Amino acid sequence: MEDGAKFFDEMYGEDGSVRNPYNKYGEWIEDEQSARLSKKVREAETVFRRTGITFNVYGNEQAAERLIPFDIVPRIISAQEWARLEKGIKQRVRAINAFLHDIYHRQEILRAGRVPQNLIVGNEVFLPQMMGVQPPGNVYTHIVGIDIVRTAENQFYVLEDNARTPSGVSYMLENRETMLQMFPELFSETKVRDVSNYPANLRRSLAACAPPKCEGKPVVAVLTPGIHNSAYYEHSFLADQMGAELVEGHDLRIVNGRVAMRTTQGYAPIDVLYRRVDDDYLDPLNFNPISQLGVPGVFDVYRSEGITIANAPGTGISDDKAIYSYLPDIIEFYTGEQAILENVPTWRCSEPESLTYVLDNLQDLVVKEVHGSGGYGMLVGPAASKQELSSFAKKLKAKPAGYIAQPTLSLSTVPIFTKKGLAPRHVDLRPFVLVSPNEINITPGGLTRVALKEGSLVVNSSQGGGTKDTWVLEE
Amino acid sequence: MLGKTAGDLFWMFRCLERIENTSRLIDAGFRIALTRHTSAAEEWASIISTAGAREQFLECHNEFDASNVVDFLLRDTANPSSVVSSMEAARNNARLVRTALTREVFEATNECWMTLKELLKKPVKERELPDALSTIRRQAALVRAALHGTMLRNDIFNFGRIGTFLERADNTARILDVKYYVLLPSISLVGSHLDNVQWDMILRSVSAQRSYRWLNGGDINPKGIADFLILDGRLPRSLAYCFINIVDNLEYLATNYGERHDCHEQANALLDRLNSNTIDNIFEIGLHEFIEEFVADNNALGQQIEMDYRFNG
Repeated sequence: MEDGAKFFDEMYGEDGSVRNPYNKYGEWIEDEQSARLSKKVREAETVFRRTGITFNVYGNEQAAERLIPFDIVPRIISAQEWARLEKGIKQRVRAINAFLHDIYHRQEILRAGRVPQNLIVGNEVFLPQMMGVQPPGNVYTHIVGIDIVRTAENQFYVLEDNARTPSGVSYMLENRETMLQMFPELFSETKVRDVSNYPANLRRSLAACAPPKCEGKPVVAVLTPGIHNSAYYEHSFLADQMGAELVEGHDLRIVNGRVAMRTTQGYAPIDVLYRRVDDDYLDPLNFNPISQLGVPGVFDVYRSEGITIANAPGTGISDDKAIYSYLPDIIEFYTGEQAILENVPTWRCSEPESLTYVLDNLQDLVVKEVHGSGGYGMLVGPAASKQELSSFAKKLKAKPAGYIAQPTLSLSTVPIFTKKGLAPRHVDLRPFVLVSPNEINITPGGLTRVALKEGSLVVNSSQGGGTKDTWVLEE
Repeated sequence: MLGKTAGDLFWMFRCLERIENTSRLIDAGFRIALTRHTSAAEEWASIISTAGAREQFLECHNEFDASNVVDFLLRDTANPSSVVSSMEAARNNARLVRTALTREVFEATNECWMTLKELLKKPVKERELPDALSTIRRQAALVRAALHGTMLRNDIFNFGRIGTFLERADNTARILDVKYYVLLPSISLVGSHLDNVQWDMILRSVSAQRSYRWLNGGDINPKGIADFLILDGRLPRSLAYCFINIVDNLEYLATNYGERHDCHEQANALLDRLNSNTIDNIFEIGLHEFIEEFVADNNALGQQIEMDYRFNG
C-alpha cells in the first residue's frame, strides 16, 4: 500500500481536476471554511448520539454502544454509472432467486454439472428442510444487499452477495437525513435521487408476498433477536418506519395454525415476518433445538403457507462465499445472459491447485472464511505480519474448504473530511434491493462504507469503518 | 399493541417517576441534615426505608451518614432503585418500545440518560448536590413534557400514565408509611420544633410545601398534612389524584378495547375507598393500618394490570 497514487479516486482525476459527478460539490467545498465544517461534524455526532443511532460491538464490553463514524463528504455516482449498476444488480438478484428455487426443487443446475453437487449437499448453509417448499409469491430473497467495489473509471466488481439478513439500510436513510439537515443548500444545487421511500417500499414489497392464509390487509412484524443484537437499532428503526410491530421470539406462538403475537388484547396472527434472526435460531423444533430466539413450530406454519418468512430460510446457499465464484455460471444458466457485473477472481481453497497457489502467494491475497461475515476472521495479506501469515497458513491447511482467496483489490477512494483537509480513503458500496413477485426495486445509492484509517482496505463498521451519504444524480 | 410493549411502557414511566421521587427524597433529607444535625442519621435511615432499600443498604454500609445514603440512592448499581439503575432501566425500556414513542419522547429520554450518566459518573460532592438534584428533576420533566406535547392519546399513552401514577401512589404511600408516627395526634400534641421539621420534610418530599401553605396559610398540622397527601384530589402527588388518573386511564383502555378486566374493579374499589373517606375516619381506623393496606392493594393492582394486559405471557 506504499504507493497511494495508484488508486482510482472517484472525486479527483490524476491531474487533480474534479471529476464530472463531483463538479458542483467540488466548487461548494472549495468555498467552505474548514472551521464551519468541523463544527458541523460535531453537530452531526451530537444528533446521532441523541437519536441513539448506535450499534453494539461484540466482544467489547466497554464500548457496548458505539457510533458508526459518519463522514460529511458524500459519495457521488452519476446517472449513467448507476443505470449500469442497477441493470447488473437486477440480473444478479433474479438469477439468485431462480437458483434458490432450483436448488430447493429439481436441482437442474447440479444435474447439468454447472455447480458441483458436493458444494451444495455438503454445505452447512444448505437447508434440506426447504426441499420442495414453495415460498409465497416464489420470492426467496425479499431483501438483498449487494456489495460492490470499484477499481477504475468503468470497472466495478461484485464483492459479495448478502442474501440472508443484510444490514445497514438504516444508516443509508439516517445519513441522508443528516446531510439534508446539515447542508440543505447542497441539495438545491445538485439534484440527488431520493432514498426516503425505502421503508414504504419495503412494507409494500413484503405485503405483496403475503401468504395464501392472509385475510385482509397483511400484518407485518419485524423479528429481532433483542436489544443486545448489534443491529438492534436498525430493527426498531425499520419496524417504526414501516408501522410494523417489533417482536421477539417470546412474543410469538402458534395459535390455530398461524404465527400469532401476544397483544394486550390476546393473540393476533402475523402474515409476514421480516426476521432478523439467522436460520439456525428461527425454530428450535425444526432447526437448532437450543435456540431461545425463535418460535417453536414457525417452520411448520411456513410449510403450510400460513406465514411468509423474509428472507426465506435457506437463502444462505446462494451467498455463501464458496458459491460466489460460481455466480457468473449461475447467471448464465438461468438468464441466458452474460453477467453484467463482474465477479472478483476467486480461488477456492477446496481445490488442491488453488490451495497451493494461495499458500504460495498469501502475502498478496485476501483470504476469507466461507461462512464468515462482518470482516471477522479474514486475512489481508499485504497488511499482515510474518507471524500472522504463518499462523493463518496453518488454519488454511487444516481446513482448506473453509476458505476462499481473492487478489487484493485496488479499491477506489473518495475523500473524507479530516482536520488537515480532504484525504482519500477506500470505499465500497452496498445497494439495497427489494424483491416482490412483480418487481425488483433498488433504492438509488445504498450504503457507502469507508475505511477511515489511511491505507486501510477494511471498511466493516465492526473493524473501525465509517459511512458516507451516497448520492445518485438525476439524469 | 404487543403485551410486552405495554409492559415496557409501563415500566419505562415507572422508572422515570422513581428517579424524580428519589431525587425529591434526597432533597428533603439533605435539608433536614443541614438544619438538624443531631437527628440527621435517623432521617437518612427513614429515607432509605422509604426507598424500600434498607436491607440492601445495610449489606454494604453500617452507618446512615449523608454521603453513604446519597451515593447509594443516586449511584449505586447494587441498589435496583438508585437513580442510575432506574435511569438505565427506563432507557432500556425506551429502546425496547422505541416504535411506540414519538421521536421527541425517545430523544428526551435518551438525553436524560446521557446527562445523568455524565452527572453521576463520580460521587456527587455535597456542594454540588442541590444542582445535581435539580438537573435530575429537570431532565425527567423534559421527558414528561415531550410525552404530553407529542404523544397520541391512545393505549400507548394510557400504559405509560398508569405506570407513572402507580409508582407515584406507591411513593407517597411509602413516605406516609415511614413517617406516620409524626402525624399521629398523641405526638403532635407536643408540637415541638422537631415535629415542625418533620412535617416540613414530608411536604418537601412530595414538593408540596408551598401548595400546602397556599391552601392553609401558616397552619401546619399533622391532620391537615395527612388529609392533603391522602385525600386531596388537587395535589398531583396525593393518593386520590393518582387514583383518579389510574382509573381514568384504565377506563380509556376499557373503552378502546371494548373489554373490562379484574383490574378495573380493583382500581375503582380503591378510588371509592379514597373518595368516600374522611381523614377523621382514617385516623380512627388507624393511619398506619390504612396506609399498609393501601400499599398492598396498590401493588396487587399493578400485578393484576400486568396479567390482564399480558405484559409477560
